[in-house]
Amino acid sequence: MKRDYSKPKKRLFHRQKTLNRSMAGNLTLFLFMAVCGVFMVLPLIMVVNNALKPLDELFRYPPKIFVRNPEFDNFSDLFVLMSNSWVPLSRYILNTVIITGGGTIGHVLFASLAAYPLAKHNFPGKNILFKIVVLSLMFSWQVTQIPNYMIISWLGINNTYLAVILPAFAYGLGLYLIKQFMEQIPDSLVESARLDGANEYRIFWAIIMPNVKPAWLTLAVLQFQSMWGNTGSTYLRSEQLKPLQYALQQIVNSGPARQGAAAVVTFIIAAIPITFFIICQSSIIETMTTSGMKE
Amino acid sequence: MSKKTTKTTNNEWSLLNQIKRSKTSYIMLAPYFILFFLFTILPVITSIVFSFTNFNMLELPEFVGWDNYIRLLLDDDIFKTAIRNTLIFAVITGPVSYFMCLIFAWIINEFKGKVRALLTLIFYAPSISGNAFVIWLIILSGDRYGYLNGFLMRWDFISEPILWLKTEKYVLPLLIIVQLWLSLGTGFLTFIAGLQTVDKTLYEAAAVDGVKNRWQELFYVTLPSMKPQLMFGAVMQITQSFAVADISIQLAGNPSINYAGTTIVTHLLDFGTFRYEMGYSSAIASVLFLFMIGTNKLVQRLLRKVGS
Repeated sequence: MKRDYSKPKKRLFHRQKTLNRSMAGNLTLFLFMAVCGVFMVLPLIMVVNNALKPLDELFRYPPKIFVRNPEFDNFSDLFVLMSNSWVPLSRYILNTVIITGGGTIGHVLFASLAAYPLAKHNFPGKNILFKIVVLSLMFSWQVTQIPNYMIISWLGINNTYLAVILPAFAYGLGLYLIKQFMEQIPDSLVESARLDGANEYRIFWAIIMPNVKPAWLTLAVLQFQSMWGNTGSTYLRSEQLKPLQYALQQIVNSGPARQGAAAVVTFIIAAIPITFFIICQSSIIETMTTSGMKE
Repeated sequence: MSKKTTKTTNNEWSLLNQIKRSKTSYIMLAPYFILFFLFTILPVITSIVFSFTNFNMLELPEFVGWDNYIRLLLDDDIFKTAIRNTLIFAVITGPVSYFMCLIFAWIINEFKGKVRALLTLIFYAPSISGNAFVIWLIILSGDRYGYLNGFLMRWDFISEPILWLKTEKYVLPLLIIVQLWLSLGTGFLTFIAGLQTVDKTLYEAAAVDGVKNRWQELFYVTLPSMKPQLMFGAVMQITQSFAVADISIQLAGNPSINYAGTTIVTHLLDFGTFRYEMGYSSAIASVLFLFMIGTNKLVQRLLRKVGS
């Protein structure tokens, strides 16, 4: 069977025109994905709809998933609630920006900086260091929460931004992920930069980092999400230092009278990391340039 | 740096030389590893040391040997429930979400452009939606305003609302469903990335060699090419499914009805943050750690067999 490969065809499926793809198979997969997709997305659709429901629809029987008369009263209610609070809303937002921004940028930078020698240099202790990092992936954070608190008090950084930001730099996950990606960069590229007289810091910054952009963007999304979820309740005592997440949670916990505001809170908490992912998505998923650079 | 030849006079001297010559490497490692030792390694060691003591955060720790472990393994009935729940949970959610991650990532990879971006978003969004899983509290709410009760009653499957999260036999299965909803996370994203790094020419070569359909392609070409990602996904999945606590506490409460939703980590948090029995809590943490390492060794051995 001969096909004309020169004509580019617009099709839904990838590689279909070349290899091993049957139409029936495609259809089955499509239906399967549709069913699973509905299960995944339905609760999130409910989150959005609930945020737009007027109170009488929130307490309606029988419940309806989709909103009938959407309105933004819940949003303005939440805004009024927040602006009447003891600490101004802008302060909570500033705290969140410092904690989330600092934690994300610092982690990505430090983890990448450490991943480069682990991936491309040879030095004594390299293997053991990496093995410890892999082992640490199996330790969930709840387990180290209490000793962590003691170490932070001992360092004297309790009740400062640093108490939340510094531990966030040290997860094993980021280092592992980014080191694996750096190993795919051909050694010859690093070698030739060395021959051109670039020092290691320059190679890291000008050659390695641009080439592992998808990896560190992925890492940034993961870290952003975990920093955004941090209420800082263990380490931050002053109301002045608490992030937005904390303030929002207080509203959810304040009972059924604020159902409308609580629905908006759920929406905001979910929407921000998802938006951040959408912004980074094209870079993460589409520009896997490293694959084109195999030796 | 690494490629320079070393004059070896004797072994010790060359090691010292190597260390000196790798100065740049160590400088680059330093910022991360100093923090890593301070906030990850040191707490783990502290926790293991505390597990042999009685410690309430106020008085100095008192050494008690294996007492905590003996009490934990012989006297603590709730811990038995916690282990049972955690194992049921991990055995179901671990492999199921691992294969979900893999299969969904693989199918998504068959699409292209906007459809692929949209599907990735749909499947990945729940796991990064923060606390949005509290929506399940409304879905599973025990009165007739709960979505599930509402729909089941309207269609006459039930006549009375069911207290989903307060009925022992429903708690664990429901937690498993919510966890599956949340579990297409890090592993899923690395699989999607990994699938794209597979060398496209391999597929053509495979087609020439007689690979007939996409399933054979998956097993003989795709999976063997993305072993590092498979390994990583497995580690993440195991950690996630053993350390489940948040959703149990938020949906079923801590303690949950007749401990139906108790897991090792909720038990640990119960002793650590409410009863201030740090020694005992640390012993629970150490047992959990051993569990995870054991399972990981097992899974790594299984994964080495892929495509070989």
